[in-house]
Amino acid sequence: MSRRPIRNPGLLHGPRRSRLLCWPAVGATILLASCAPAGILDPQGPIAAAERLLLLNSTAIMLVVVIPVIVATLAFAWWYRASNTHATRSLDESYEGRVEFVVWSIPALTVILLGGVIWLGSHELDPRAPITAKSDPLRVDVVALDWKWLFIYSDQGVAAVNQLVIPAGAPIQFRLTSATVMNSFFVPQLGSQIYTMGGMTTHLNLLADAPGEYPGFSANFSGDGFSEMRFIVKSVPAGDFNAWLEQVRGTGSALDAAGYAELAKPSKAVPPATYRSVEPTLFERIIEQTLAGPGKAGIGGASRPPLHQAGG
Amino acid sequence: MLGRLTWESIPWSEPLPLLSGAVVGIVILAVLLTVTVKGWWPYLWREWLTSVDHKRIGVMYVTLGLVMLLRGYSDAIMMRTQQAIAIGSAQGYLPPEHYNQIFSAHGTIMIFFVAMPLVIGLMNFAVPLQLGVRDVAFPVLNSVSFWLTATGALLINMSLVIGNFARTGWWAYPPLSGLAFSPDVGVDYYLWSLQISGIGSLLTGVNFVTTILKLRAPGMTYFRMTVFCWTALAANLLIVAAFPVLTATFVMLLLDRYLDMHFFTNDAGGNQMMYVNLFWAWGHPEVYILVLPAFGIFSEVVATFSGKGLFSYRSMVWATLGICILSFMVWLHHFFTMGAGANVNAVFGIMSAIIAVPTGVKVFNWLFTMFRGRIVFKTPMLFAVGFIITFVTGGLTGVLLAVPPVDFVVHNSAFLVAHFHHVIIGGVVFGALAGINYWFPKAFGFTLDERLGQASFWCWLIGFYLAFMPLYQLGLMGMTRRLQHIPDPSWRPLLLVAEVGAIVIFLAILCQVAQLYVSIRTREQRRDLTGDPWDGRTLEWSTSSPPPPYNFAVLPRVETIDAFWQMKRTGRAPVAPAYAAIEMPRNSPAGFITAFFATVMGFSLIWHIWWLAILGFLAAAVVVLIAGWSIEREHEISAGEVAQMERAR
Repeated sequence: MSRRPIRNPGLLHGPRRSRLLCWPAVGATILLASCAPAGILDPQGPIAAAERLLLLNSTAIMLVVVIPVIVATLAFAWWYRASNTHATRSLDESYEGRVEFVVWSIPALTVILLGGVIWLGSHELDPRAPITAKSDPLRVDVVALDWKWLFIYSDQGVAAVNQLVIPAGAPIQFRLTSATVMNSFFVPQLGSQIYTMGGMTTHLNLLADAPGEYPGFSANFSGDGFSEMRFIVKSVPAGDFNAWLEQVRGTGSALDAAGYAELAKPSKAVPPATYRSVEPTLFERIIEQTLAGPGKAGIGGASRPPLHQAGG
Repeated sequence: MLGRLTWESIPWSEPLPLLSGAVVGIVILAVLLTVTVKGWWPYLWREWLTSVDHKRIGVMYVTLGLVMLLRGYSDAIMMRTQQAIAIGSAQGYLPPEHYNQIFSAHGTIMIFFVAMPLVIGLMNFAVPLQLGVRDVAFPVLNSVSFWLTATGALLINMSLVIGNFARTGWWAYPPLSGLAFSPDVGVDYYLWSLQISGIGSLLTGVNFVTTILKLRAPGMTYFRMTVFCWTALAANLLIVAAFPVLTATFVMLLLDRYLDMHFFTNDAGGNQMMYVNLFWAWGHPEVYILVLPAFGIFSEVVATFSGKGLFSYRSMVWATLGICILSFMVWLHHFFTMGAGANVNAVFGIMSAIIAVPTGVKVFNWLFTMFRGRIVFKTPMLFAVGFIITFVTGGLTGVLLAVPPVDFVVHNSAFLVAHFHHVIIGGVVFGALAGINYWFPKAFGFTLDERLGQASFWCWLIGFYLAFMPLYQLGLMGMTRRLQHIPDPSWRPLLLVAEVGAIVIFLAILCQVAQLYVSIRTREQRRDLTGDPWDGRTLEWSTSSPPPPYNFAVLPRVETIDAFWQMKRTGRAPVAPAYAAIEMPRNSPAGFITAFFATVMGFSLIWHIWWLAILGFLAAAVVVLIAGWSIEREHEISAGEVAQMERAR
């Protein structure tokens, strides 16, 4: 049941029809989308789009019940006020079987419907589920540090801090960890966030439909530099991505043991930077170092035991 | 000698905490001075500090909750102001190390020292009266519970001027709250104040479960109890089941911090996910510990002010018990984004949505209670109607958060902040305020000023919507919670609206203070001589206002639900004239003295003053043992005295 790939019809054009649900969500759209241009109501990828649809549909389903309840509350409160001489009252009535049946049925039916939405949605939008698309996937390893984000392109052998350049239309397969406290990796316009935790790996799959710049940040409080722990996702055309890689390889320093040790020191509001080369197993080594604890292991030490894949 | 405590522990260089500490200190000094000058100490000591009367303890709990509400509110307005000005290039007036303490303290204080005391206080006051009995099962223990809660509140406020509070958020997730990342006293203040007050809460749970199961008026079967008593039973069962989890979790974190163990650290095999699971295994039931009694209060208020029995009493009871059980099966929805598989997330999402069924049933039942009733809009009823309207939309956003993929994009955002304030203010705070307005005349013998009460209601309602609807919007725009600095200038207008909302809530609090002041000043005109100012239905209205120490001269005989309503209808006098002697528990200083030593112990543990911590613990233990072994615990009120008091009513 799990890990069903998400199909991504037309990356840039054409109305996307989710198989999930095709509920009319007019009321909810008016309510929620009327005034928010950015953020999760302005999705720029299939995951975020499906999640917005789910948000609007679920809201619509519930509003069908909630709006009549609010209207009835106000109407009853007004009509049965003590001063109203026209109201019919029956002050001894405190039970009526048929009403009772309806009273349990309405929320139960709503929740059964929503339960289906929850089950299907959880599986369709499982963060681990790979996204299928025409382009080849790109693997990016993410490390949360105090207080910045390190992105390692291990297949390309480069790394970047606080900026994530990705080719538009390509599925991005993230592996994430933290070299410090818990953080949460989140780019609202691309969809799902996921925790990053020390010594552990979490997985996330996202895709940006079109070129553009989307803000990302940590969504789990992590200390004094938390507010500035932000980064920019630059989605660029595939050709530009290769050009960017070439440019990165030609400039900046290499992310070796000493470079990482320097980077890992706490710092706030760090400007974006790139590294022209990176140790191929840096991600695994960071996990191992976090598990070993401070002062007990160093990155790139000569006498290290063989590395193993940590986490899920 | 003094552990970590030095002259530098007091933040001399930071004017804000020092100033607020000074103001609080001056207020406390002024109060103490007034009490001394007026010679009120003997009265206070005899009638309040050592009282084991559930009504007095209830009043003290509510007072504690209201005072702490002021503290929690000042944190809130400081945060709102910081977020309204620290936008773009502006950094605001609170640096992160201060701002982070404020939101941590705000959450901790509002949950543990505002919501809990208000709810427990109202249960203390009303449950024994509604059950038609004279006190709770363990009156001295009840006093111990209260004073331990007060200890926690005191410790957390000491962190304002001596040292600092936690900078971790009110959950204190490790490893951030561990020794490696939070080496100072902040997290220790958090842990010890919650450990000590948590013991108080657990004892309250034991006390009330016993009281409701074992002490009821003759004829009061379970299905004749008020819905408030049912919700109190459910909430206290939850306390008994959930608080030990919190205590054990905090013990592990304390071991990590004090003995360098590795339960939750990154290294040496620790597992932070375990803390998160355990914290919310307590945390979600806690939500219902708070909101179930509020539901109970609304059930009483809606029935009374509609002049009608509660619609479908039995389904109300089953819905309460259903929520009680379900609340233990949903904790994972607080961290869908941890990376559990789709099946796990889906199951917990569906379980969370299922809680909406019994909750929805309750809403419909209140609605049908109003239907064809005769609704009198006194302040408690206004809060009830405001609650129903507010709570259904708060529930809606709650169910949205229960849909895992939706949660993936709004988790930890301002949307979430808006949601839980929506249900806690709209549910718990409105419930507590309705309860205070409803039972105040019973507690003090005069009614509260209606005009100011209604003004307070409208300010709360409007202030709440102004303060939190913008946060929903901001959450959808990508604003996460706990930001000391706002990166996006386009959020400014909404943040300013939220700031205005917070100010309107301040007006609401001012109206309440004024309401209390005016009502006390004019109490002679507003005396309630009947004992039944609202044409009530349940037993607490059958006795005088304020009730005598023994509540009922003769225990009422109960034949139906809404027993007092039936008594009024059948014209049977609720009190038979044949008085007998009544045994009442003696006052006991055990609670106050235990709490004093617990405060000493907690403070010493926080500052690593080991010898004093051991002394404080031993002294507290000795007091508890002496109180436990004392033989003369009751005193008798003779039949003659009872008759005299009853004639004086």
